[in-house]
Amino acid sequence: MRPRRPSLGSRRAVQRRCAAVAVLAALGATQAGCGGGGRERLELWALGREGEVVQQLLPEFERRHPELRVEVQQIPFVMAHEKLLTAFVGRSTPDVAQLGSTWIPELAAIGALAALDGRVAESRALSPGDFFPGSWDGGVIEGQVYAIPWYVDTRLLFYRTDLLAAAGCELPPRTWSSWRRCMERLKARAGPDGFAILLPTNEWPPPVALLVDAGSPLLRDGGRYGAFRDPRSRRAMSFYVDLFRAGLAPVVVDYRVGNLYQLFAQGWFAMYISGPWDMGEFRRRLPPALAGSWATAPLPAPDDAAGGVGTGLVGGSSLVIFRASRHQRAAWELVEYLSQPAQQARFYALVGDLPARRAAWQDPALAGDRRARAFQEQLQHAVAAPKVPELEQIVTRLWERSEGVIEGRQGLDQALVDLDRDADRILEKRRWLLARQAARRPARGGP
Amino acid sequence: MSGDRAAAAAAGARGAAARRGVPAEARAALWLLAPGLAVIGVFFLLPAAAALLLSLTDFDIYALADLGNLRFVGLGNYRRLLADPIFWTALRNTFYFAFVGGPLSVLVSLVAALLLDSRLARWRGLFRTVFFAPVVTTLVAVAVVWRYLYHPRFGLLNRFLGWVGLPAIDWLGDPRWAMPAIILLAVWKNFGYNMIVFLAGLQNVPATLYEAARIDGAGWWRQLRHITLPMLAPTFLFVAVITMIGYFQLFTEPYVMTRGEGGPVNSTLSVVLLMYKQGFRFWNMGYGAAVAFVLFVVIVCVTALQLLLRRRGGERA
Repeated sequence: MRPRRPSLGSRRAVQRRCAAVAVLAALGATQAGCGGGGRERLELWALGREGEVVQQLLPEFERRHPELRVEVQQIPFVMAHEKLLTAFVGRSTPDVAQLGSTWIPELAAIGALAALDGRVAESRALSPGDFFPGSWDGGVIEGQVYAIPWYVDTRLLFYRTDLLAAAGCELPPRTWSSWRRCMERLKARAGPDGFAILLPTNEWPPPVALLVDAGSPLLRDGGRYGAFRDPRSRRAMSFYVDLFRAGLAPVVVDYRVGNLYQLFAQGWFAMYISGPWDMGEFRRRLPPALAGSWATAPLPAPDDAAGGVGTGLVGGSSLVIFRASRHQRAAWELVEYLSQPAQQARFYALVGDLPARRAAWQDPALAGDRRARAFQEQLQHAVAAPKVPELEQIVTRLWERSEGVIEGRQGLDQALVDLDRDADRILEKRRWLLARQAARRPARGGP
Repeated sequence: MSGDRAAAAAAGARGAAARRGVPAEARAALWLLAPGLAVIGVFFLLPAAAALLLSLTDFDIYALADLGNLRFVGLGNYRRLLADPIFWTALRNTFYFAFVGGPLSVLVSLVAALLLDSRLARWRGLFRTVFFAPVVTTLVAVAVVWRYLYHPRFGLLNRFLGWVGLPAIDWLGDPRWAMPAIILLAVWKNFGYNMIVFLAGLQNVPATLYEAARIDGAGWWRQLRHITLPMLAPTFLFVAVITMIGYFQLFTEPYVMTRGEGGPVNSTLSVVLLMYKQGFRFWNMGYGAAVAFVLFVVIVCVTALQLLLRRRGGERA
């Protein structure tokens, strides 16, 4: 669907004028210059709901930069990855795009993205220190900045305060052992037809969140091999699959859960690991009587965690500039504008996406929200996933293998050995490329 | 382009043959066929050959960026494929679907066609339309409705089971029931097409044969066995071969019913779905092409087997 723009009428007028000029000049060339009425045209690809809402932020940008006009293409999230790669092959990438954080390494590896170090260093409006450290790090690949975090997310615990209080749990559970005890009590109270926690077995983010929480690096040797036999990984996976084995979590895939919010309201489960997008959903969809009976908390930490705080996995979306863009300067203006704390606070008000800039968190709408503050606390202690293009393939294997363990068809240790083997095989090409790279420039000790 | 050249070369060779005494008619036929052959060459043979070459390389996301990152791996992809348990799971699932769903679909089509062709049937036009409607309905829309039908807690199918005192089935969540659920959906979705083909076949059976049989005192069953089925044999072969080829390419049903995963526990992962995941989600084009060629070989073998059985059967009759 094409966005509705207030200036449509005036644009038509401009095009008419241009058409008149075109009579005199070479048709193609003149029209290319006239598409935006003599203004520089920037193409921005934005995903899903953000693609819809970002258009409300743009009139202000165009007012400040009368020489620029931004065309937004809204792309459904599930199609975006394929479309970006196809655009790269077809040399039709946009100037600026919103990228899911896990796609940055891939697009950087194929050389689609412009390095932004110079622009960041020059910028007066934007400094790396003002972003959540894990989130900023997600856009830095082999020492070069390729992406500016736009909004952030991380997964943490959503829970029913009333049910946890009734079960005599620590509110909220702070350590894994306290968490586990709490879940056992919840299950005992719920009986055979209820559960302590919902973890859809086909979602990889919850087990990966637990792995990272336990300090697992996921991959080792600079992303050359899997690290699933690491004791920290084993501990997290053992904790995870045991929740199903002990009946604390139902063995269910996400598309079969039905109405998650209704089931949460009914108390079918009392805890859920999810991201900031569910804050709005829970607020809208839970019955008013429960409005005060749910809360969010950082993921409980392993019992021996340093400082008693667990580690989160930071995700979200970043803004990137494509290398093939002929409007690098203007594209950076747009990225800088969308990263301003004021725009980020507005964006939060419009869609509920958590700002990547810490300054934007001083906005009263965020600072006064207990549930959002849990995210802020977790984001201070969050790391980026290993920046390896093959990561999605590897974590897909993770849930396939853990499904087998949950079903009891395979032992955990064997599954971890298999996972490492899967990961090592998937990373074989990467190892070959890295070795070739190293052989080609042996003298330089670059990044 | 080389397809064009090949076609031209073929035409040239035949031209030489013509001068040695091939009738002018045959030469004219060749010229008439040439455009068609050229199109097949350029749009089918050439891409297929390219895919075969692709399957011998490790073409992936890195090669997309720089062809210098492409490695020729010989039969490496095929070796890896045959050692991958997920491929065998996918192959087993595909065989399960084709050998249970395929015959079931043909049988349902045949029964529906016989019912509609029966002299007792009323409102034939209406039923024909109703039975054919699923074929022309978008599968994605159908899948949304069927996901509701299959819902373990609120689904209509489990409601029915409850009424007759059977326990509820976790249709799409239980690895044992997910494939039967997909088969049920596929049969319902597709039987209308074969039904129309069978109906056309039935209308070609001369009424005089039935008349003669009735005079000889043959009942309904004997007429079916000795007139209808033998007369339908060519139709039957066509339907069976096309259905099996189609069923081996199972993709859309599990793709839309399980959100592109082929779960639970890969129990509905088909070979084509595996190819799609490898090729377009992870961009392992070389590996994906190898999957495609293995499936091609499987389909050729199964079709050859069908034709062979049919010929044997024909000799015996």
